[in-house]
Amino acid sequence: MPILDRNSLDLLFDALKRRGFNLVGPTLHDGAIVYDALASTADLPVGWTDEQEGGRYRVKKRADEALFGYAVGPRSWKKFLFQPVQRLWQARREGEGFRIIPEEEKPPKWAFIGVRSCELHAIAIQDKVFISGPAPDSSYPTQRKDLFIIAVNCGQAGGTCFCVSMNTGPKATAGYDLVLTEVLEPARLAIGADRHYFVVEVGTDRGAEVLRDVPHTEATEQENAAAERVVEKTASQMGRTLDTTDIKNLLYRNFEHPRWDEVATRCLTCANCTMVCPTCFCSTVEDVTDLTGEHAERWRKWDSCFTMDFSYIHGGTVRSSVKSRYRQWMTHKLATWIDQFGTSGCVGCGRCITWCPVGIDITEEVRAIRETEK
Amino acid sequence: MGQGRKPKMAVWKFASCDGCQLSLLDCEDELLKIADRVQIAHFLEASRAVVKGPYDLSLVEGSITTPSDAVRIQEVRRASKFLVTIGACATAGGIQALRNFQDVKEFISIVYARPEYIQTLNTSTPIADHVSVDFELQGCPIDKRQLVEVISAFLHGRKPNTLSHSVCVECKLRGNVCVMVAHGTPCLGPVTHAGCGAICPSYDRGCYGCFGPKETPNTSSLSRWWGRLGVGEQDLVRVFRGVNAFAEAFRKESEAHERQNDQDQ
Ligand code: SF4
Ligand code: SF4
Ligand code: SF4
Ligand code: SF4
Repeated sequence: MPILDRNSLDLLFDALKRRGFNLVGPTLHDGAIVYDALASTADLPVGWTDEQEGGRYRVKKRADEALFGYAVGPRSWKKFLFQPVQRLWQARREGEGFRIIPEEEKPPKWAFIGVRSCELHAIAIQDKVFISGPAPDSSYPTQRKDLFIIAVNCGQAGGTCFCVSMNTGPKATAGYDLVLTEVLEPARLAIGADRHYFVVEVGTDRGAEVLRDVPHTEATEQENAAAERVVEKTASQMGRTLDTTDIKNLLYRNFEHPRWDEVATRCLTCANCTMVCPTCFCSTVEDVTDLTGEHAERWRKWDSCFTMDFSYIHGGTVRSSVKSRYRQWMTHKLATWIDQFGTSGCVGCGRCITWCPVGIDITEEVRAIRETEK
Repeated sequence: MGQGRKPKMAVWKFASCDGCQLSLLDCEDELLKIADRVQIAHFLEASRAVVKGPYDLSLVEGSITTPSDAVRIQEVRRASKFLVTIGACATAGGIQALRNFQDVKEFISIVYARPEYIQTLNTSTPIADHVSVDFELQGCPIDKRQLVEVISAFLHGRKPNTLSHSVCVECKLRGNVCVMVAHGTPCLGPVTHAGCGAICPSYDRGCYGCFGPKETPNTSSLSRWWGRLGVGEQDLVRVFRGVNAFAEAFRKESEAHERQNDQDQ
């Protein structure tokens, strides 16, 4: 397999920029590692890592200069492909009727840098919903169109990760153009100085074509083995586990389990879990008029099954209790999603656990139901 | 409303700081458009010229704290087809509702040389406790974009887009990093009504709850978590005794911590 040294990574970024790609990837912002525009590798969280627990996230300095030495942060890639707030069209009054002014959307040519395996699975899930599903989206396919993905095999698991349980990582298996494994070898192991390099796997012809522009060498057996060890170590460090055995029927059988009442005493129905979840796809539509009534706009915003409005139909809200909303969320993620799309709606990224303001843990809730099932 | 005739709008003030009316004056660009579409018939903060009622739309700021205001709000209601309360005072009693937790007679006797001249009620109460209200716009002060939205919606006979979910949703839509999870800063966002656009968390501060309780607020769960962040019972009483102290969910929560605090003493 090809290998790139640390400094050649900037050349890879340049090769993408020359092809007109807009680079986005992890960067340190307001005390968290979030996905945003990248100019060079200097914008990456060099030498930083994160600590994650239920309802708690902190960034921390690492002992080394790793570029990808942390797990996933609060923003997922859906922020780019399925925008949080978006105008769908405008309308102007004309005589007795009105004229629709459509939104012009050009493919933005995104290049995502540092996509993790669980996130590749999440993107594949949203592709299914927004591109090949029964109701293709008007915007997502355009945003998705030229997307170039440089994935990264995780070098360490986060405190709330459970991709091994969900069969979605930590090693990227599909859905990328290139995937990197970051290897850091201190001087005492390597001959001579510290070594910092990336073992590359090519996923597509596009990936191979870009890589040709960047000086690289072939990995030795030892280097390939070092990359393998990185992923194996990560797989052994999962912060959480979730037993998925017969999970669909487990949840269907336990629709009236008392645990739903218990979790309802803690759940704030704040919707953070659905906002950070990389697969949640729900949105609402708002029509606005201006004061003159000459101009109207239709906007789309991320929505969540935790709001009262979400299940409002004529006469009232169907899921008015906290219990029914939490149950809808978890049952959709882990059970009804399977009936709907043929896969789990959860990729084990752990975001909903970390970013729940009161640390509610989906793996713990499943465990509680499984262990106390009557 | 009839074609051709501009709807008449009135703005009324009860016990309040005028901040919400200021939000209307602050609308600047939109204010001209509003004046173009509605006849501003009664708005003393802006003009002394007053057109007699009845009014198609009344915006009511402030809470009821005196016997004469308790009568006046009935008159306003009778003169108004559509009555909208604006701000924490009008929707929840405001900061002056702190008196509801104290003995008013006692502090009047301390503050005023001639307490017998003071005519005041023992409580500060929201407008909806006195008359029926057609729509409530929460916030301290209200958000001017939301106010324009409510007026636009009224003019065009549609429902205003003022969602009652948490501030967290707005916070996430903006792409903020959560100050509670990432910094350990206590934040009331998860129990607070959206509308401000998550201003405080956008400036690295916790939400103070100035928009009042959201739909189905789980204040006790949030309080337990704040306890883990190091906030004590006495501080929890104060946290929920801000401008929305008398809104039911916040009132019950502060009272629970007051009882707990008394027990702990
Ligand atoms: S449900 Fe939670 S762990 Fe699963 S994909 Fe969504 S955010 Fe990640
Ligand atoms: S869990 Fe809720 S917000 Fe997420 S996709 Fe399902 S219904 Fe939508
Ligand atoms: S599970 Fe947590 S993040 Fe999700 S709605 Fe409940 S309190 Fe909010
Ligand atoms: S900062 Fe506050 S409002 Fe924003 S998501 Fe966190 S708890 Fe909610």
